[in-house]
Amino acid sequence: MNALDLILWGIAPYLALTVFVLGHVWRYRYDKFGWTTRSSQLYESRLLRVGSPLFHFGVLMVLLGHVGGLVVPKSWTEAAGVSEEMYHVVAVVLGTVAGVCTLAGLAILIYRRRTVGPVFIATTRNDKLMYAMLALTLVLGLSATVVANVLGGGYDYRTTISPWFRSVFAFQPEISLMAGAPLLFQLHALSALALFAVWPFTRLVHMLTAPIGYLTRPYVVYRSRDLGGERGTRPARRGWEPAGPPRR
Amino acid sequence: MTRVMAQLAMVMNLDKCIGCHTCSVTCKQTWTNRAGTEYVWFNNVETRPGQGYPRTYQDQEKWQGGWELDRRGRLRLKAGGRLRKLLTIFANPVMPSIQDYYEPWTYDYDRLFSAPVQDSTPVARPRSLISGEPTKITWSANWDDNLAGGPELAPSDPILKRMSEQVTLDFERAFMFYLPRICEHCLNPSCVASCPSGAMYKRSEDGIVLVDQDRCRGWRMCVTGCPYKKVYFNHKTGKAEKCTFCYPRVEVGLPTVCSETCVGRLRYLGVLLYDADRVTEAATVPDEKDLFEAHKNVLLDPNDPDVVAAARRDGIPEDWLEAARRSPIHKLIFDFGVALPLHPEFRTLPMVWYIPPLSPVVDALANTGHDGEEAGNLFGAIDALRIPVEYLAELFTAGDPEPVRAVLRRLAAMRSYMRRINLGRPRKESIATAVGMTGEKIEEMHRLLAIAAYDERYVIPKAHAEQGARLEELATGCSLDYEGGPGMSGPFGEASGRPRPVAVETFHALKERQESGALVDPEERAGRVNLLNWDGKGLPDGLFPNRKKES
Repeated sequence: MNALDLILWGIAPYLALTVFVLGHVWRYRYDKFGWTTRSSQLYESRLLRVGSPLFHFGVLMVLLGHVGGLVVPKSWTEAAGVSEEMYHVVAVVLGTVAGVCTLAGLAILIYRRRTVGPVFIATTRNDKLMYAMLALTLVLGLSATVVANVLGGGYDYRTTISPWFRSVFAFQPEISLMAGAPLLFQLHALSALALFAVWPFTRLVHMLTAPIGYLTRPYVVYRSRDLGGERGTRPARRGWEPAGPPRR
Repeated sequence: MTRVMAQLAMVMNLDKCIGCHTCSVTCKQTWTNRAGTEYVWFNNVETRPGQGYPRTYQDQEKWQGGWELDRRGRLRLKAGGRLRKLLTIFANPVMPSIQDYYEPWTYDYDRLFSAPVQDSTPVARPRSLISGEPTKITWSANWDDNLAGGPELAPSDPILKRMSEQVTLDFERAFMFYLPRICEHCLNPSCVASCPSGAMYKRSEDGIVLVDQDRCRGWRMCVTGCPYKKVYFNHKTGKAEKCTFCYPRVEVGLPTVCSETCVGRLRYLGVLLYDADRVTEAATVPDEKDLFEAHKNVLLDPNDPDVVAAARRDGIPEDWLEAARRSPIHKLIFDFGVALPLHPEFRTLPMVWYIPPLSPVVDALANTGHDGEEAGNLFGAIDALRIPVEYLAELFTAGDPEPVRAVLRRLAAMRSYMRRINLGRPRKESIATAVGMTGEKIEEMHRLLAIAAYDERYVIPKAHAEQGARLEELATGCSLDYEGGPGMSGPFGEASGRPRPVAVETFHALKERQESGALVDPEERAGRVNLLNWDGKGLPDGLFPNRKKES
């Protein structure tokens, strides 16, 4: 284990996760007004209606796949009678399908962002950085799967990467496990860490407030004027700009 | 009755609307003069027949707003229930695009100054505020104002489409009137029900429907949910915005900006009491034509001792009960029976009601050479003129002409009865009894409708002073809180630290200014004037720079 491995697989994950958690706490306390999807559907609907569901449902499947592959130990699935081959086939097929859907959706969305004038104008530098990092992570993840498991002979990440992932959360990072993983997997993990670190400061925050509560709450919400309740602590500035042509 | 709640409501007398758009303009200056809300009109005035704003919003087969009954007769959102909403959250299938409103624009004014010397006069060309590109103006919030483009545009009016062909053909010659619209602040708001984040809510004290800007995540379901299309998406902030019923003003007893500035004095504001537990039941009535009556049954009589007792039990303050007894809204709906809800068939139980216009009938009658103000002629004409009644019924009573006819007859009776008085003839009680009223009542109604004294048309109880310290503006910030603006202070400079609850300040400042007669201490106010709450009385310090002291 050299110093670089220690930094990449023993220190960087904690930095990224700390920024992820504290960043969200800070953002939620300080900038509730900015916590939104910043939808551009008002400008353009046709491409969005294809690209957005494709991307979002794809990425939800990807998320589920990662939970299944990283969080659930191999011994558990084997105890449940799932052989390595079975797991491998299912994971590769579903993972590739989900990855391709996500990437295709993202490609449509980025194409739309670049070519539809109003949407492009509404795109901030922050958005562009986020798109680049998101795309990079996705491409690396999908190519790692394809190169190792579709074209190659197969790589059982559940004996190396998954235990490392879990060990990070146990605060006993097994650095050597990750240091020995194939390069594409390593790059994917690193780009994901970087994405987590910028996450709280981008529009991606909308994921954490996915409105699951809607399924159970009564339709009509009553609120008392003097209820107080939690409020954002940052005065609204965006949206109070004087009217005028959009800044270029 | 089980749960009494109070609701601030509005009635608009369409006979007096001259379509001047003053309400729209003052509302816009107050609330939506910001980037991202260029196309947002909390208040707009539509010419009927016409497409409305956004175009053809009344066609719910297309826009899927409001509620409907499912096969088992239960109420459900027309655009789909909770699960459906979450499954379509990544791209709302029926959201209006900016083209359904209009593409807001500005002009290249700078051209006028920066153009080089040339033979032709430089022109400020229109430029889209959405794309920033030069644009051609093809539509706006009131493009079909006064039936402009009538033969081409008016036939797309969704109401006209529902009427028979014969009627449609005669229509343009028959009549035209204006329909000012704000948010309906419904008792059964489908926008609130559509909001996945739970950011939209109905205030339990006064029934005003608001968007919590800190909780809104921009899922846009409210835009679809509202059948009146009165929730708008701010495309700069990514948050929903809507008419606020000018709550910072009504909290201190001032009428809304649209009411205050209405030159026709056609708006009425007041409190209604209603039974919150019967709302769903009323909205679920099977026949759409019964919704109007069911809606009225939810509203309670503030003079009924049982209602008063229940209201006290449910914590409604005494001055609100007093205001409910004096409410012009209650009088117009119940005592005079002339106010009707807009599109009850959307099943949202809207709380901005309308007195349908009689003038088209009078005009049509006068054009035929008859005396347009004689009771007998008018009554006959109302029954004969199928066109206006049918059209109005589609707007106000889900197509049932009878309630509209009854209202128009009462308005006609008032016209006739009062004319005799004006001409010095003896009062004719039979005119009043013909429409189920008394002469006395007609004179009372005339006072409210024609004289429309300020303190009779606006009966607004203040928000409670003991709650004052807790009053906070939920939906907006102060417009002076910009970089370097006077409203800002904090440890890290501009906009840092916790926001000041603006309403507390304005509440006390306004009260002081109105009651003490003295101008507010300039030191204290730091030259800040909240024009939103300025009632036009006196000259608040800071409105103009201080005059240099004469030595």
